[in-house]
Amino acid sequence: MIIVTAALWWRDVVRFYRQPSRIIGALGTPLVFWLLLGSGIGTSFRIGVTDAPPGGYLEYFYPGTLALILLFTAIFSTISVIEDRHEGFLQGVLVSPAPRATIVVSKILAGATLSLVQAGLFLLLAPLANVHLSWASLPLLGVVLALLALALTALGFTLAWILDSAQGFHAIMNLLLLPMWLLSGAVFPAIGAAWWIRWIMMINPMTYGVAAIRGVLDGTPAMPGGPSLGGSIIFIALFGLVMLAVGTWIVHRHKA
Amino acid sequence: MPSKPAVPTALTVANLSHRYGERVALKQVNFSVPTGSIFALLGPNGGGKTTLFRIISTLLPTQPGGVEVFGHDVEAAASAVRRLIGVMFQSPALDRRLTVHENLRCHGHLYGIRGRVLDERITEALALVTLDDRADDLVQTLSGGLQRRVELAKALLPDPRLLVLDEPSTGLDPGARREIWDHLVRLRQERGTTVVLTTHLMDEAARADRVAVLHEGVLVALGAPEELVAAIGGNVILITSPDLETLARGIRERFDETVEVLNGHLRIERSRGHAFIADLVEAFPGQIDAVTYGKPTLEDVFLHHTGQRWN
Repeated sequence: MIIVTAALWWRDVVRFYRQPSRIIGALGTPLVFWLLLGSGIGTSFRIGVTDAPPGGYLEYFYPGTLALILLFTAIFSTISVIEDRHEGFLQGVLVSPAPRATIVVSKILAGATLSLVQAGLFLLLAPLANVHLSWASLPLLGVVLALLALALTALGFTLAWILDSAQGFHAIMNLLLLPMWLLSGAVFPAIGAAWWIRWIMMINPMTYGVAAIRGVLDGTPAMPGGPSLGGSIIFIALFGLVMLAVGTWIVHRHKA
Repeated sequence: MPSKPAVPTALTVANLSHRYGERVALKQVNFSVPTGSIFALLGPNGGGKTTLFRIISTLLPTQPGGVEVFGHDVEAAASAVRRLIGVMFQSPALDRRLTVHENLRCHGHLYGIRGRVLDERITEALALVTLDDRADDLVQTLSGGLQRRVELAKALLPDPRLLVLDEPSTGLDPGARREIWDHLVRLRQERGTTVVLTTHLMDEAARADRVAVLHEGVLVALGAPEELVAAIGGNVILITSPDLETLARGIRERFDETVEVLNGHLRIERSRGHAFIADLVEAFPGQIDAVTYGKPTLEDVFLHHTGQRWN
């Protein structure tokens, strides 16, 4: 069981890094967003009645960019599920004695690993955003990022398995996943938004992911109008478990 | 004197039917494959052979009791069957961005094979398909024929007792096709592996020990290729004529022969055909444009049993 999971995990990680376009897509796009939007909006950004964060919008936008990197990497890595199903690879796994659950678990672990590595690279740029990481906060940050990465990869896996076409997956990315990120507090805070936006933000799992990252990075209790750090962590953990259960269920339901 | 040990059966298909909703894909199919033989499932596309392949390789749920691999039911004991079979799919199952060796290593791990044993297995499998020198090449740098050989090596890796191949020569030129066959024959000799393959190529099926001809889900012929060919009569005569129907009627009345009109030809199966041709030409002067005379092939077997042309 472990050796099978490890083998499939290893395969996904290696093939991701042998496709430079995916690395660039998953890390480069959020990085460009962050630099352009962050520097462009700069210090004209205010949260409610308080002043702008000292690092300007670059600083505010930093946790949201981390979340976007996790989201993009989760998407780019789970899209391989579609390729695997259309080519013979997945069938090869299905006719082997390997347990079905290893397919789900290895795919999600691989996606989460890749997401974490990409996020780690972006963390090296933290000082540019006036975000000062303390060594003490790193373990908790790791836990938060890992939980969110697992949850988003499980979500990506489930969507990829259901949709079964790369085009469909891209459509969902634009219609569901990107808005999910836009309305998570990543780009603007809930306070000051229209009431219905605030409602969406409240039920959006991504909101809790971004809030948790922000909470650890800033060391502040919470954004005005945002959820608490502890509550956020519990929420993303629960969301991840639900997605994992759904993903496992659809793979078992499916007869190739 | 000790009695000769009976050859155990590698694969048994008993009264197997399968339907996709309303469409019947397999109807009451029965056959068995002796251990150590090469068995071909021959049929046109849509004949049911891929359905059968998917059932044997445990991919498609089926009724219990229909298919057994070395005595294990594919439905009730799927995991036991999976440990005994090696499968090669029609669609490529290799990771193009991994090397040949990496692909095989990953596949070995799926079977719980690891370490030194795995390295030895990989070396053996690559030697069997004569790809030893390409182990460290990325799969995407290999030609289509070489990639097929890696697929075969992958199927061989768990050292299966039954090898199940779906259209193994898809997309291969005749040279590469012959090579795959040479490897299969060698495999049977060296390891006693049983091979079951699907094909729509007559000449490929003709190389198997036994052939099952599937047409619209029904097993229409079963046996060694040469038996099947011998069973339908001595020779096949094909005649072209400006007026096929009139000539067909004339031959039926005069010689009491079974004459079929197919694709612009009259077709007659009969023994001692050469003498018959002389009679024909004499009996119907001016009505015959050309006559082709030959030994029957598996194509004629198919025609004989289904009344339809191949494809």
